[in-house]
Amino acid sequence: MIDSGLAQISRALAAREVSSVELTQEYLARIEKENSNLNAYITVCNELALEQANAADAVRSKGEAGAFTGIPIAHKDLFCTAGIRTSCGSRMLDNFISPYDATVVERFKQAGAVTLGKTNMDEFAMGSSNETSFYGPVKNPWDHSLVPGGSSGGSAAAVAARLCAGATATDTGGSIRQPASFTGLTGLKPTYGRVSRWGMVAFASSLDQAGTLTQSAEDAAMMLNVMAGLDQKDSTCSDVSVDDYTAGLDKPLKGLKIGLPKEHFSEGLNAEVEQCIRDAISEYEKLGASIQEISLPNSHLSVSAYYVIAPAEASANLSRYDAVRYGYRCENPVDLEDMYKRSRSEGFGAEVKRRIMVGTYALSAGYYDAYYRKAQKIRRLIKDDFQQAFEEVDVIIGPTSPHTAFPIGAQNDDPVTMYLEDIYTIAVNLAGLPGMSIPSGLVNGLPVGLQIVGRDFSEAQLLNVAHQFQLATDWHTKTPDNQA
Amino acid sequence: MPIELEDLENIAHLARLHLSEEEKSEAASSMSNILKLIDQMQSVDTDNVTPLAHPLDSVQRLRDDEVTETNKRDALQKIAPETDQGLFLVPKVIE
Repeated sequence: MIDSGLAQISRALAAREVSSVELTQEYLARIEKENSNLNAYITVCNELALEQANAADAVRSKGEAGAFTGIPIAHKDLFCTAGIRTSCGSRMLDNFISPYDATVVERFKQAGAVTLGKTNMDEFAMGSSNETSFYGPVKNPWDHSLVPGGSSGGSAAAVAARLCAGATATDTGGSIRQPASFTGLTGLKPTYGRVSRWGMVAFASSLDQAGTLTQSAEDAAMMLNVMAGLDQKDSTCSDVSVDDYTAGLDKPLKGLKIGLPKEHFSEGLNAEVEQCIRDAISEYEKLGASIQEISLPNSHLSVSAYYVIAPAEASANLSRYDAVRYGYRCENPVDLEDMYKRSRSEGFGAEVKRRIMVGTYALSAGYYDAYYRKAQKIRRLIKDDFQQAFEEVDVIIGPTSPHTAFPIGAQNDDPVTMYLEDIYTIAVNLAGLPGMSIPSGLVNGLPVGLQIVGRDFSEAQLLNVAHQFQLATDWHTKTPDNQA
Repeated sequence: MPIELEDLENIAHLARLHLSEEEKSEAASSMSNILKLIDQMQSVDTDNVTPLAHPLDSVQRLRDDEVTETNKRDALQKIAPETDQGLFLVPKVIE
């Protein structure tokens, strides 16, 4: 049963074919067996999970169960969980036990979900390979010598190896979509503000957004139904009305207008990956969609603008780690400045320090206009490009990543090489738009991801577009053990 | 644009980071590469473009100024490195 997707598990629970306790025990046993190898979880919550599963079964026997009651999931280790460590993949927060739950965590609790544990991630979500984690790299279940992508690599590996029914994740520049692409999953990054950021450890506040990693679009829709919506605790959380995301999945795609950005099909894109994407486009034509080429003329500037805005916001956000109120403190500080400097230098890893330095530089006196202000202007141009495109088309599709998963250690020499990993995903965050990645083929036995981008708050449409593809194809059902 | 050692030390101080000699030389080379990437932005004329601070161009929502939080000092201080009688302790600041 635990190989099934979240929606199927929900139906099996409703039909009393299986109990939440049985499912939870099965997952915990598999985690116990596989996790030492994959390193997908930083913390496993055996006792809490069984307690929640028992409570869920009790709720069901009283006839009060909802669609999510008793479903075992995992949370990326940057969602605060009361009483359970929230490390954010960093030595800085290795000892941090949050006194409260993040809104996302709270909503899943209210819905009756079971928390199996907290998943590994790049430190403070800064990375595209899950190699910057203080807890070590995560392995890709498809091939243990490869990265699962990042920063939500632990959530991706956990879902791909069927160590949970679905997982929460976050996406600042591609951190849900790229791991989904590398591990054969459906990844959903909602519109900026669709899901509350309260209790999410902040990286870049104008870009961060919580989303999901699941086996299918239907599973993602079920999770978004729990997560989405206004939260008074996050003043950037939107009050735009929330759809029922499972209700519109079955709508036919006839008449749908799809745009292909020519900039995403240019040099740098692996030829076999491109073929998979072209095949997916043909599939959409068969489903009744019309295809046209569009242009996002400023997209080549998105990585540059992002590597000003994200580090600048990170340097401000991470200034809170002062070793005074919580987190790591160095041994025997001689004075206050020594305490700040040594605690931060020992508590943060190399990539986090690098981005704090870049951000501090970009915001420092004399450079603000040339860097931060310039980047915000580029951000406007990028948003305008998308808005213009959406006057002609309903959704934009293309590759999620220029290639399939790469070997652990292969891209660590120059940080800029790693930054270019997110070349197709970053513009979507800058524009605040919703985006998905769905499996759309295999190249040499490794998954390829198709990115789908929509207008602000069009998650229901994106999920519909993804679901119809998944009804017509079976790429999302492929697993490392079953590629046929 | 290569980063001068003096700039690097100044940025590290502003960010309250201590860099070893080895980290400094690594930072100088990687930051120069990153700044080269960032400088691609300068190829576009943006004189008449309004900066986009919020991705949806939204402004902060306001609420009534009412007390909604209760005092959770004890719970919050339980995870602090060092406290005494409700205060956070740090190395001596005033002689």
